[in-house]
Formats: sequence, structure tokens, C-alpha cells
Amino acid sequence: MAEDSGGLVFHPMDQFIVKPLFGDGPVAWYTPTNVTLWMFLTVAVILLLLVVGTRGRAVVPNRTQSIAELAYGFIYKMVEDVSGKEGVKYFPYIMTLFMFIVVANFLGLLPMSFTTTSHIAVTAILAMAVFLTVTILGFVLNGVGFLNIFWIRQAPLVLRPILALIEIISYFVRPVSHSIRLAGNMMAGHAVIKVFAAFAAVLAISPFAIVAITAIYALEVLVSFIQAYVFAILTCVYLKDALHPHH
Amino acid sequence: MEVEAATLIANGIKYAGAGLACTGMGGAAIGVGHVVGNYLSGALRNPSAAAGQTATMFIGIAFAEALGIFSFLVALLLMFAV
Repeated sequence: MAEDSGGLVFHPMDQFIVKPLFGDGPVAWYTPTNVTLWMFLTVAVILLLLVVGTRGRAVVPNRTQSIAELAYGFIYKMVEDVSGKEGVKYFPYIMTLFMFIVVANFLGLLPMSFTTTSHIAVTAILAMAVFLTVTILGFVLNGVGFLNIFWIRQAPLVLRPILALIEIISYFVRPVSHSIRLAGNMMAGHAVIKVFAAFAAVLAISPFAIVAITAIYALEVLVSFIQAYVFAILTCVYLKDALHPHH
Repeated sequence: MEVEAATLIANGIKYAGAGLACTGMGGAAIGVGHVVGNYLSGALRNPSAAAGQTATMFIGIAFAEALGIFSFLVALLLMFAV
């Protein structure tokens, strides 16, 4: 379709290919790839924002410090509201997760950039880390009592084994849905932008396509933030289960 | 010859399956709309309680949306992995 109108020829999924930064060799675990580069940039932006940005410690904050303070206050309140007072101890972990995901998502929105969070390999590591943390924490804090989250005492005795089975399945699906939700949203949104970019090469519908790209881009900015928020808030919910396994 | 024909048919069915998997997104759309709609009708009855429940709404949206994302994943797997 695109060849006929002389536009760019690309596949909407091409943007997610992992390439080595230098040369065209095979990708081994130690090869610096574009994923490495954009993850490094993510960490660099977080450092600039949270460490260098707040160095002044002004009473009347400047713009960078305000953003850092807003992010801190927002996540702190969320952890306190969802996980309760005991959950505040684990605030640094959730803040780290949120900042990494939100900055990676926003950097991915730059043209020609690479979205690290669109890869299930990246989000699966984050989700598995949350899953293992929460499970180990639950057993360390409550001992065998942690298994109470599968045994719902409010339900009639006949129903409890069936509910326990459902609860166990839903517990082990958690890391899957947690990681795929983030990766799927990022991948789908960016692919949609690329599909409309391909339509822009067709003269008849190009004005519509360009307006659509603008609108979808705005939606993607919103989705990038909401998905990071959802990832963090679900971590808080799982954390609350580990802290208080009795329903 | 027959193997070739069978491969072609299997390929076609693969694409049809990917398209069918996308109908699952409609279910996710209904779910998300239901969550937000009910939140909004509750919030308009008692606006003072609305702010405290925004986080709960987002959790509900996330759970409803995850199943739609699974159907998207099935479509992707059919297109690129199978």
C-alpha cells in the first residue's frame, strides 16, 4: 500500500526490534542494545529529576523540585491509603517501580525512541520481582498464616474449597497479568500510532490521519501515566494482602 | 502440492483466528465502561465520597482491562509466534 504512494515502507511492529548499538552482530546477554541505552537514559532522567533537581532544597521550590516533590507526595499518599500505615515501610520500592515505569513510558513517546516497557521481558522481570517480594514477605511476616488468603472464612464451608482453588489460580496469574497489562498497553498504543503514520502517506486520508495521530498521541501520554500508576497501585494491593492475609 | 495447500489454508485460518481474538477487546470495553459508569453514577449521588474511591476505580479498570489485553496477546502470538 505504502509503495504505491511513494511513502515510507515500514511495519508497525518494527519499532520494537532489539538491535545492537554497535554493528550488526548477534545479540548476547552482554551486548549493549537499544534497550540498554534507553534504560540507561531512564535511570539518568530519574537521577536528574530526583537527585540533582532537589539539590537546592529551596523552601519555595523551583519547577524541577516541584515535579519531584509532587511525584514523591503522590506515591507516598497512595501507599499510605492503599497499604495502610505498615505499608509505608515499603514506600521506597514502590516509588522506584513507579518512577522507572513512568519515565520509561514517557521517554518511549519521543519520536525515534525505544519503549523499554513495551517488552514483556522487561515488565515480566518487574512483575516477578513484585510477586516474589510479596510472597516471601507474606510468609516471613505471617508464617503459615499467610495461606489464609486462600481460605475465605466469610464464605460457607461447602464453598470454601472451590473458592480456595479460584483464589490460588488468581494468585498465580497475578505476575502474568501484571506484566502483560503494562507491556500490552505500551505495545498496542505505539503500534496504533505507527499504523496511522502509515495512513498519512495516502493522500486521500492524510489530513484525517495526522489529526488522528495527534489525538492518539495525547491519549498515549495519559495511558503512559495511568499504566505506571496502575502498576504501582496493584503492587500496593498485593503488599496489603501480604501484610494482612485475613480478609 | 497438498502439503502446500494445507499450509496456505492454515496460514489463512491463523489470520482469521487473530481477527477473532480481537473480539475480546469488546468485552474489555464493556467491562471498563461498566466500572467507570457505576463510579460516576455513585460519585454524582455523593460527590464528597468520590475522591476517596478514585484509586479503587483504577484498580477495577486494571482488572477489567487485563482480560482484554490477554486477547490482544493471543492475537499477537497468532500473528508472530505460531
